[in-house]
Amino acid sequence: MTTLKTEQFILNIGPQHPSTHGVFRMMVTLDGETIVDVDLVLGYLHRGVEKLAEGRTYLQSLPLTDRMDYICSMSNNLAYCTAVEALAGITVPERAEYIRVIMAELTRVVNHIVCIGFYLNDLGAYFTPVLYCLREREKILDLFEAASGSRMTCNYIRFGGVAQDLPEGWLDQCRKLMAGFPAFIDELEELLSTNEIFLARGRGIGVLPPDMAVNAGVTGPNLRASGVAYDVRKAHPYSIYDRFDFAVPTLRGCDCYDRYMLRILEIRQSLRILEQALKYIPAGEIQSKVPKALRPPEGDVYHAIEGPKGEFGFYLVSDGSVSPYRWHVRSATFINLTVLPYLCRGHKIADLIAILGSLDNVMGEVDR
Amino acid sequence: MDVNAIVNFILNPLVSLSYFFQEDILLAFLPKEWFWLVGLIMNLAVVVVILVYLLGNTLYMTLAERKVIGRMQDRYGPNRVGPFGLIQPFADMIKMLIKEDVVPAQADYWVHLLAAALVPFPGLLAFAVIPFGKGMQGVDLNIGVLYIIALSGLTTIALLMAGWGSRNKYSLLGGFRTAAQMVSYEVPLVLAAMPAIMLSGSLALNTIVEDQAWGAHHPAWWFFSLIIRLASFVVFFISGVATAKRAPFDLPEADSEIVAGFFIEYSGLKFGMFFLAEYFGLMTIATLATTLFLGGWQGPFVDTIPVLSVFYFLFKVYALFFVFMWFRGTLPRFRVDQLMAFSWKRLLPAALGLIFVTGVGMAVLRAIGWA
Repeated sequence: MTTLKTEQFILNIGPQHPSTHGVFRMMVTLDGETIVDVDLVLGYLHRGVEKLAEGRTYLQSLPLTDRMDYICSMSNNLAYCTAVEALAGITVPERAEYIRVIMAELTRVVNHIVCIGFYLNDLGAYFTPVLYCLREREKILDLFEAASGSRMTCNYIRFGGVAQDLPEGWLDQCRKLMAGFPAFIDELEELLSTNEIFLARGRGIGVLPPDMAVNAGVTGPNLRASGVAYDVRKAHPYSIYDRFDFAVPTLRGCDCYDRYMLRILEIRQSLRILEQALKYIPAGEIQSKVPKALRPPEGDVYHAIEGPKGEFGFYLVSDGSVSPYRWHVRSATFINLTVLPYLCRGHKIADLIAILGSLDNVMGEVDR
Repeated sequence: MDVNAIVNFILNPLVSLSYFFQEDILLAFLPKEWFWLVGLIMNLAVVVVILVYLLGNTLYMTLAERKVIGRMQDRYGPNRVGPFGLIQPFADMIKMLIKEDVVPAQADYWVHLLAAALVPFPGLLAFAVIPFGKGMQGVDLNIGVLYIIALSGLTTIALLMAGWGSRNKYSLLGGFRTAAQMVSYEVPLVLAAMPAIMLSGSLALNTIVEDQAWGAHHPAWWFFSLIIRLASFVVFFISGVATAKRAPFDLPEADSEIVAGFFIEYSGLKFGMFFLAEYFGLMTIATLATTLFLGGWQGPFVDTIPVLSVFYFLFKVYALFFVFMWFRGTLPRFRVDQLMAFSWKRLLPAALGLIFVTGVGMAVLRAIGWA
C-alpha cells in the first residue's frame, strides 16, 4: 500500500495575531496540523533602547526601563537601580529596601496573574479568566498609582532608594488587599487546576527537559517547572531578600501545565514575602544622597535580579562620565524564547499557541 | 364577536388567527375559481411567520449572548444602544449591511460567493418541521428527524467551500477542522437521537412530542423512557454543541489561534450569512433536543390552554441556550485530535450503549405488558 504524498506548507503566524503577546512573528512549517519547524522572527518592537541609553545620563535612562517589560515596570526599575548602585557603590536605607521588596513582589503577583489569565485566553476560554485576573490586578495597580503616580510605567525606584515615600494609608490598604488575595487564588485554582480540558491541553505539551533548559539559559518559572531550583533571590541574594523566609517551588513535569502550576505556587510565596515585609517595614529615609549627574567610577558590572519572567540583568560599562559606555540588558524572555522551536516540534498548532502562552513573553522585553 | 370567539382567540392565538385569515379573508374575498391558491397562500403565511420569528430570535440571541457572557465576566454586556442595549442588534445589523464587501484578489470568486449564499439555508429549512406548539408546525413530515439530519450535512459542504474559496491558509485550516469535526460529531448526534425515535416508534416530530405525554403509555414505560431520554439528551447535547461549533468545541473558529478560521476573509453581508448560519444551527440543536428529549411543547394544562405550549417550548429552548452561553463563558477549548478522540472513543460507544439498553428495555416492557 502506498502512502499518500503530502506537502508541507509554511504558515505565517504573523506579527498581528491575537495570541502572540505582542508583535512577534513565527514562520511555522506544517505537515497538516503537525508542526515540523518553527522559525522565530523577532525585532518588531525593537526601539534601540540600549543605544538610546548611551546618549543619556544614568537617571535619564530610568524611564526606558519601565517600557521594556511593560507589565513589570517596578521590577525593571529595581534591576537597573541595583545594577547602578553596584557600579557606583551607593547604599540604600532600610525603609527604601523594604518598599522596593514590596513593590517587586507585588509586581511578581501582577505578572503571574496576567500570564495565567492570558494563557487561558490562548487556550480559548473566551476572556473570562482574563477579566477575573485583571479585576484583581486593578486593585494592585491602584496601589502603584497611589505610590508612584502611574499605573504601569511607574518609574518609582531610584538610585539609592525610591522616588517618594508611600502616602498615608497605603500600607493598610496593601495589607487588606493581601489578606483577601489567597481567596482569589483559591477561586482561580478551583476553576482551573482540575479542569479536564485544561489538563488535556497542558499535560505533556511543550516538555522542556532540565538539561536543555540549563544549556539554553532559560530562567525563571520556566526553569523551575523543569525541576531546576535556581532563583536569583536565593542564589545571589540582592537587596534584603536574605532576611525573608520563603521557599523556591519547583515541579518535575516540565510541561505547560506545570509552568502554570508553578506560577500559582510562586504567587503564594510572594504573598508570604509581602506579609513579612508589610509587618516589619520600619520608618526612616527613603533615598540616600546621590548626585543628580551621577558619575560612577570606571569599570563594569553585571547585576541581575529575579524578575517575574526570569533572570533580568543589566551589564553596565562606565567610562567615568555621566553616560554609560555600554548599557546592555540581559532580557529573560529573549533567551527563554530560543527554546520555542524545540518545544513545538511534533505538536499541533493549537499546542504552539499554548506553549507560547506558558512561556510568558512580553515583546517589549524581548526586542528592547 | 361573541365571548366564545374571544376566549378561543386568547387560548390559542396563532391557530385562531390562521383560521381567521383563511376563512374570513381569503375564502371570503377570493373568487371561487381561485380557491386552489388558498393552500399556497396559507403555506406562505406559515413560512413568513416562522422566518420572522427566527430572524428576530437570532437578532436578540446575539444580544443575550453578549450580555450573559458579560455578566459571567463581571461586566455589563452592551448597554449603551437603547435601554439595556436592546437596540444593539439593529446597530450590528446595519453595520454588517453597510460594510464594504472585500474579496481577496486571488480567491476563487464563485466558490467564495456561493459558500456565503448557501450557508444559512439548510439551517432555515430545518424549522419547517419543528413543532413550536400544539398544532403549530410548518409541516408534519413523517420523516421529520431524518430531514433535519440530512440538512446539517449540507451546511458542512458550504463551510468547506468557504474554507477553500478564500485562498488563505488560516481559513483552509479552519475548513479542515470544520470538516473533521462535523463528520465526527454527526455520528453520535444521530445515534443519540435513536432511542427517542425507538421509544416513540416514529420519525415524525409531532408524534414524538405527543408520545412524551403522561397518559400516552403505561407509567412504567413513561419512567423508563424518561431515564432513557435524559441519558441520551446528555449525549445529544454534547454532540450538538460540537456540531454547532460552540465552545468548548469552537475549534473551526478558534479566535485565539486562527483568527476566525474559515470565515476570516468574509466581510459585510457575507459575514452576516455565516453569523446567521451559526445561530440557526444552534437553534436547530436546541429545538431538536427539546422536541426529542425534553417533551417539546408538553407541560401542565396544555390541552385546555394551547397557547401555553408555545411558552413551554420556548422556555425549554431558551434554557438550553443559556447552557450554551454558560459553556462558552467558562470552558477552554479542545485541541483537534482530543476532539476527535472524545467523539469516537467516548460519545459513540455511549450512544451505542444507550440504543442497546433502550432496545432491551422496550422488549422487556412489551413482554410484561407494561407498554
